[in-house]
Amino acid sequence: MTGVRIAGTGHTHFGQFPERTGRDLFAEASGEAIEQSGIDRDSIEALFYGNFMGELAEDQGHQGPLMAEMAGIRAPATRFESACASSGVAVREAVKDVRNGEADAILVGGAERMTNLGTAGATKALSIAADELFEIRAGMNFPGAYALMAQAYFDEYGGDREDLAHIAVKNHENALENEHAQYQRAITVEDVLEAPPVAEPLGLYDACPITDGASAMVLVSDEYAEREGIDAPVSITGTGQGSDRIALADREYLVRTPAATAAAEEAYADAGIGPEEVEVAEVHDCFTIAEVLAVESLGFFEHGEGIGAARAGETTREGRIPINLSGGLKAKGHPVGATGTSQIIELSRLLAGEHVNSDAVPDARIGLAHNAGGTVASTTVHVLEVAP
Amino acid sequence: MSEQRDEGYDEWIAAIDRGEGYALECPNGHGSLPPRRLCPECGDPDLEEQPLPDSGTLDTYTRIHVATPEFVDDAPYTVAIVDFGITRLTGQLRGVEEPEAGIRVDVGVEERETEDEPLLVFRPA
Ligand SMILES: [Zn+2]
Repeated sequence: MTGVRIAGTGHTHFGQFPERTGRDLFAEASGEAIEQSGIDRDSIEALFYGNFMGELAEDQGHQGPLMAEMAGIRAPATRFESACASSGVAVREAVKDVRNGEADAILVGGAERMTNLGTAGATKALSIAADELFEIRAGMNFPGAYALMAQAYFDEYGGDREDLAHIAVKNHENALENEHAQYQRAITVEDVLEAPPVAEPLGLYDACPITDGASAMVLVSDEYAEREGIDAPVSITGTGQGSDRIALADREYLVRTPAATAAAEEAYADAGIGPEEVEVAEVHDCFTIAEVLAVESLGFFEHGEGIGAARAGETTREGRIPINLSGGLKAKGHPVGATGTSQIIELSRLLAGEHVNSDAVPDARIGLAHNAGGTVASTTVHVLEVAP
Repeated sequence: MSEQRDEGYDEWIAAIDRGEGYALECPNGHGSLPPRRLCPECGDPDLEEQPLPDSGTLDTYTRIHVATPEFVDDAPYTVAIVDFGITRLTGQLRGVEEPEAGIRVDVGVEERETEDEPLLVFRPA
């Protein structure tokens, strides 16, 4: 089985671009990725593409072949949909195809157009990742679902809104110099605590923004990289995926995310590492509480211990394991279908020493990306390593 | 949206409205909600309707301020997950000023502000 290298990456600015179409955003990101890889477009053998709400936002289904056109490649193209984990799943499938020899070079990425829907429209579009009969009809939505988990967490393990606020403050600080980020603006704990409530106990600054954007990368086999002389120092060495019951009420736990644990265990075994070897991670912090659940499910902290990690400085850039040095979904933005690939791109640039925050982890060789869909009914985890 | 019939669900919500709520139970004791052809936990196709207990325990709750268009006129409102033993239900909590995990509530069907759709509502038991 061959190894899988990241040969080129592309990333639009994440932000509010209501006039820009999904196809335009993906054309930019994919063009940058292909150009950076130095690979001839004719050599790309497939497009694996993530998108969640294209039908609602742009009246556009069947985005696979459309985006292949926009990327200028003639190859089989498939759209992957797993809510906010759509492009994480696309990456996983691309990794599997390169490994098993199906292809030597695959374009993988995702895009989402969201801000043209407005806040209520985007809230509605996101909510359909939940169970329509038993959750949406009760008035639950995406912030509400995470608020239900946050309240349950407070009741079970303790912690409070101030603990969560430190996560938001940290991630905004990390985004200050990130040119892709939607918010390059520092916030304070007071800002978070005084923000208007969205779904109590979560307020406006506990939530990621509504974002437009795209991300893409070219994955190649070890052999192809060597044969073509491609400079690709970072490999994807582990991949894992987990699922859970779609409705929060049907889960075994309201305060844990077993789908992430399953995905992580598979990815760790695949890479032959353990959680203690991970030096930097990008996790799916669509809400502040989501980062807590993630760092616990990934094995970085015991259950009940993740809530205080940012406040104690353990996950800050100086900490034991810096989390979301990109700014995370919270500050970098969350164009749903683009997020999974974006996390891996940020991580690969951090490990390659090409990221504005690489100096926070100058010797790091192993990183992890965690991408979650819905209320973590879908999760992918990928391990990235710098070639020795 | 609701010109279409949702087989299993429509009957279930009507039963809740009559005070005859139920959940489905497989021979291994796993609870689930309709519509099902088999138990989502173990795959057993032998599902029986079991009456919901008269009251359940509040597990978690949130007061939602930013709602989807369908619920904008209802906001703010409280969504809760309640444990009825055989299964948990998600609905709106009414008639409680300061919710707290562990309080006992019962379940019924009530009106919504925004749309004429049945809504699962918990009230103090
Ligand atoms: Zn069963």
